[in-house]
Amino acid sequence: METPIVRHIPATAVARTARARVVALIGPTTVASGVIWGILQPWRLTLLHPRGQGFWWLVFEPPLLVAAAGVIFALVVARPLLSDLEVHDAAPR
Amino acid sequence: MLPHAEMVHWAFAAGILLVGLCLLSEAIVGQEVWQMRPWRKYLWPGIAFGMGVLLWPVMAFFTNSSIHMYAHGSWAEVLMLAGGAELGLVRGRLHSPLWRLTWPLAFAVTGIAFIVHEQNPWFFARSAFLHHLLGWTFLLGALIPLALAWRPRSAALQTCFALTIVAVSVMLFTDRDVAPIFGHLSELAGPQHR
Repeated sequence: METPIVRHIPATAVARTARARVVALIGPTTVASGVIWGILQPWRLTLLHPRGQGFWWLVFEPPLLVAAAGVIFALVVARPLLSDLEVHDAAPR
Repeated sequence: MLPHAEMVHWAFAAGILLVGLCLLSEAIVGQEVWQMRPWRKYLWPGIAFGMGVLLWPVMAFFTNSSIHMYAHGSWAEVLMLAGGAELGLVRGRLHSPLWRLTWPLAFAVTGIAFIVHEQNPWFFARSAFLHHLLGWTFLLGALIPLALAWRPRSAALQTCFALTIVAVSVMLFTDRDVAPIFGHLSELAGPQHR
């Protein structure tokens, strides 16, 4: 009896999957860092207590800047990069 | 009605963080995949060049001493030079790999400027500590882009370069105008705010 479904997965393919996973995690990890920072130091988020705050204090909120950088990276950079990585890895050599 | 200096540091930290994340992902996927879309190869060199341009208004509007003006001006110049050289290399207008030496130059100039323009000791206040720390990080970190100029394909060096940039952004994010560092705050630093 043969089992043709079971195949050997080459080590390079596993490494490629790991690369995709790491790239996919960079954005969410950055966003999570900003969120955790905001939870640990809520006074850094002036949006939570906006009354009496000046314009610049409402614009520059470090935890939000970190989270925003993570969101921009995830949507603008990581998403197309992952599809390119998939295409590259699927291409015959 | 200018923003506080610390806010400008945070804004630049966000840009530097984006550059660091781009470099990190390029190190992970490799240059071949990274350059599959034409716009992407200009992304982080473009942000770096743009931050160099934006450092000029910082120099003009945040000049509280001559030495600050020289420091911000020299950062603007070397960041524009390194970013511009990288843009020229990825575009194919520049061919010599020696152009990559603009990055260690930028790191070294930035490090020296940070250390020289901070007149106070390490534990004077948080901003003084961070100036010293950033200065030495840039100065020692210059060895990484220097090594990358000779081994541009090294994933380990690319990752180290990216993580150094991310570390710089973290340091800038922790900056405050007047705040203690490990419980130390000089009386000469003025009243702590927030």
